[in-house]
Amino acid sequence: MYKIETKKNIAENIFRMDVVAPYIAKSALPGQFVIVRTHEHGERIPLTICDFDKNKGIVTLVIQVLGASSKKICEINQGECISDITGPLGNPSEFINFSDEQLNSKKFLFIAGGLGSAPVYPQVKWLSIHNVKPDVIIGAKTGNMMIFENEMKPFAENVFPATDDGSYGFKGLVTDMLEDLIINQKKKYDEIIAIGPMIMMKFVSLATKKHGLKTTVSLNSIMVDGTGMCGACRVNVGGKIKFTCVDGPEFDGHLVDFDEALRRQIMYKNHEQQANCKCM
Amino acid sequence: MANKIPRVHAREQDAKKRITNFDEVCYGYSADEAMLEASRCLNCKNPRCINDCPVNIDIPGFILQIAKNSFAKAAEIVAQYSSLPAVCGRVCPQETQCEGSCILGVKNEPVAIGKLERFIADWARENNLNFLDKSPCNGKRIAVIGSGPAGLTCAYDLAKIGYEVTVFEALHETGGVLAYGIPEFRLPKKTVVAHEIENLKKIGAQIETNIIIGRTLTVDQLLDEEKFDAVFIGTGAGLPKFMNIKGENLNGVMSANEFLTRANLMKAFDRNYDTPIYAGKKAVVVGGGNVAMDAARTALRLGSDVTVVYRRTEVELPARREEVIHAKEEGINFNMLTNPVEIIEDEKGWVKAIRCVRCKLGEPDSSGRRSPVVIPDSEFDIETDVVIMALGTSPNPLISSTTKGLQINKHKCIMVDDHGQTSRAGVFAGGDVTTGAATVILAMGAGRKAAKAIDKYLNQV
Repeated sequence: MYKIETKKNIAENIFRMDVVAPYIAKSALPGQFVIVRTHEHGERIPLTICDFDKNKGIVTLVIQVLGASSKKICEINQGECISDITGPLGNPSEFINFSDEQLNSKKFLFIAGGLGSAPVYPQVKWLSIHNVKPDVIIGAKTGNMMIFENEMKPFAENVFPATDDGSYGFKGLVTDMLEDLIINQKKKYDEIIAIGPMIMMKFVSLATKKHGLKTTVSLNSIMVDGTGMCGACRVNVGGKIKFTCVDGPEFDGHLVDFDEALRRQIMYKNHEQQANCKCM
Repeated sequence: MANKIPRVHAREQDAKKRITNFDEVCYGYSADEAMLEASRCLNCKNPRCINDCPVNIDIPGFILQIAKNSFAKAAEIVAQYSSLPAVCGRVCPQETQCEGSCILGVKNEPVAIGKLERFIADWARENNLNFLDKSPCNGKRIAVIGSGPAGLTCAYDLAKIGYEVTVFEALHETGGVLAYGIPEFRLPKKTVVAHEIENLKKIGAQIETNIIIGRTLTVDQLLDEEKFDAVFIGTGAGLPKFMNIKGENLNGVMSANEFLTRANLMKAFDRNYDTPIYAGKKAVVVGGGNVAMDAARTALRLGSDVTVVYRRTEVELPARREEVIHAKEEGINFNMLTNPVEIIEDEKGWVKAIRCVRCKLGEPDSSGRRSPVVIPDSEFDIETDVVIMALGTSPNPLISSTTKGLQINKHKCIMVDDHGQTSRAGVFAGGDVTTGAATVILAMGAGRKAAKAIDKYLNQV
């Protein structure tokens, strides 16, 4: 059992939870994720790691109420426990292996959409600790759905908020913001890291391809075990089959077959609604 | 004459009924049935069955005790050789091992050694008879990675002789393939598997679930930081293989590992559990091993009309004979000498059909089995909603790729000597991670051998 040390409602239907998991906190790196099972009858759900504190033995998760299982996690109160958390899973972000010269020679732009701010945060923080300050676009549907803007600010050179409805920051999609930065503001970037809904990552990748900008995306495929066993998370990257859990979760956005990835994400959606294939 | 008694058939749940539930198919022997079956054993002077058992159980010895109604004595004999008899009695391919060489099998049916092993193990469990005597603690610490058959056996043997053993399991549940792979209707989890884990705990081993060695901790950390004196790697062969044919990423195509993990580990067949599972109205399972049979029979129980396609003939099916018989009784369709070449999609990207070719058997290949040869222009489609690939598995590279100085072969299996010693001092391995996918009993045997080697190694250091 793993205790929820603190729980905060940070936006509508979005919760931040600090979970006591010392081994994971000790070995986690930016780009990795965990799998959580809230209770005996629960699903195993992959969740990105938002932050980790080796000294306190805490892993921070950010969860949005979307389906039945995420609702169940969000219903757990501060001080209560979840049955299982395991990780860190997946490979850390590519840049953590870069030399100081490599890091300093690059200007990074992060594009975080919706809940994507959570996994972007530890990457921006890591770079900042290594004396590299990236730019960050944070996109949200509307102003009060925007998360991690203030947390990101100390570690970023610039944070550019954008909302679909224009209620806060730039009015438009993150791809519109990206075009504005590159074309109107003449910003120069060497690497783009986009994390958010699959559809957003698809369109960011299309846009950056046009500008010839290297783009990394972090996929949130369906998975069961997260260690390479089930293959539910397989994705077509440059014509090769990769497993998101062990080969990813970060891939070259220009090589990912997003249409297939989007289709595979709904594999169990219809069946969930159709009262399922249950025997007893 | 003892051998005039026909083999006693173990009672089974009726096929029509059992396809609507996940309860165990075989009920096993009653005491009287077991004694009658045991009386068939000729107690040969040179028992071939012992040689053909991977852990060389004194088979005539324990069967003689069953025949004499000395069940406790019989259980004690089995326990000397096997730490998982209730499992092996259920899942071993007896027809190619002990029972395959039984002299009675030449003219009649062999002694039902598997069913007798199961009987005596179940009897011991139900009568709370255990063999948990252990030596005093010797203060040396062993990390066992993986709680499947190899790890459980290695941990059990080492705990028994006084080692302080910690078992690390990546999943939330212990048992490895016994938990995620083999279905409930073949191996009951709460009674049989849980009992083995309980015994391990009773003998003093600690079990840490949710720890993925290679991610949460590395083998190097176990030795250097966590101060373990030796490590045993029994992580199995968990990576599914795919065919690399067109359409394999369509919705509705999955590995047997995924399908069975959802059903067995996550209990997705039970509506009290949240994990979804999809078996479609029609399902095609590709492969002919035990995993293919398990996937097919699981899909059937979820309401699907199931066809197994296999590129050789029924004679070459690698599955246990009993599973094939059970599958047929339950109404699984078998399409032999058939090999998929493409999976066809509907307009929404879901599986609509699987395109196959017919094969005939050619010359024997390196495995000694006659290899399938495609018959030209024999393409045909089988309509289906779901395709489950049961083509075998290979070891997970998570540990080999994160451990210094650990040699692997071209199949990604960790290389070991005859005693389970890897290329790295203090690190041992056994089971599917060294051989590729094999059987529970071979993994158990390897775990046992490595336990002896670890003991020897630590007494020399």
